[in-house]
Amino acid sequence: MPCEKVNHVCDKAQYCEATFWEKIILNLHLVYCRACRKYTKNNSKLTQVVKHSKLECLDTACKENMKRKLKKAMEEQSV
Amino acid sequence: MPNHQIDPNKWIDLYSDYLFNYTISRVSDREVAQDLVQDTFLAGLKSMKNFKGEASERTWLISILKRKIIDYYRKINSNKGQAEVRMNYNSGDENEGDWLEERVGDPFDKTAQDTLENEELGDAIYNCLDKLPKKQAEVFKMKTILGHDTEAICNELNITPSNLWVIIHRARTALAECLKENWF
Repeated sequence: MPCEKVNHVCDKAQYCEATFWEKIILNLHLVYCRACRKYTKNNSKLTQVVKHSKLECLDTACKENMKRKLKKAMEEQSV
Repeated sequence: MPNHQIDPNKWIDLYSDYLFNYTISRVSDREVAQDLVQDTFLAGLKSMKNFKGEASERTWLISILKRKIIDYYRKINSNKGQAEVRMNYNSGDENEGDWLEERVGDPFDKTAQDTLENEELGDAIYNCLDKLPKKQAEVFKMKTILGHDTEAICNELNITPSNLWVIIHRARTALAECLKENWF
């Protein structure tokens, strides 16, 4: 499997979406490919860092709602 | 040099997530945090003429938000019912001794140091997310922070799964690079 596809599997694995076989192929590839080992290491680290930060954000529906209210307020203000 | 511009039309896309993350680490309630962020934008709109452009829009909005958070705590603390002390915890004889174990400090509880580190880390991640193209940041947040399904994101943004994974790959690579210096 080419490195590009291996990295794709690695991305999927960060979200627990890689299949069992994909993970086997990924790990076999990592045995001999230094570049992909580095990518996997950084990628896993990023997952951990984001998890550790307990980051929060708003969903799209909530943002749309906020936009509506702000737009309404802007219209009222400009009258 | 006062050179920052103000544009309320872009506020929600640019700053709502950052302000929400800032708020939720201080009020621990999503609904309240959402309301405070919304109030901040509305208050910002009303006092736009006071914006001198010396600080960035985000800093200016955060200063409004800080006051909103303080007001929120003042409001809930002024409610006298909240000050009631309940002394009837486990008063029955059969539970004698139970409270001791339950009241031991939780070793997995966050310490002040952890909270501070998390906040700094959260800021660092948001600063890096700000540098990404809008679409990449949006997909990354939906997938990684909100934990939405691939299919749901694809439907919402009208993209294919392979598109999504390309975007995720680019976002992750850029973020890892950006965070490398201080947090990796």
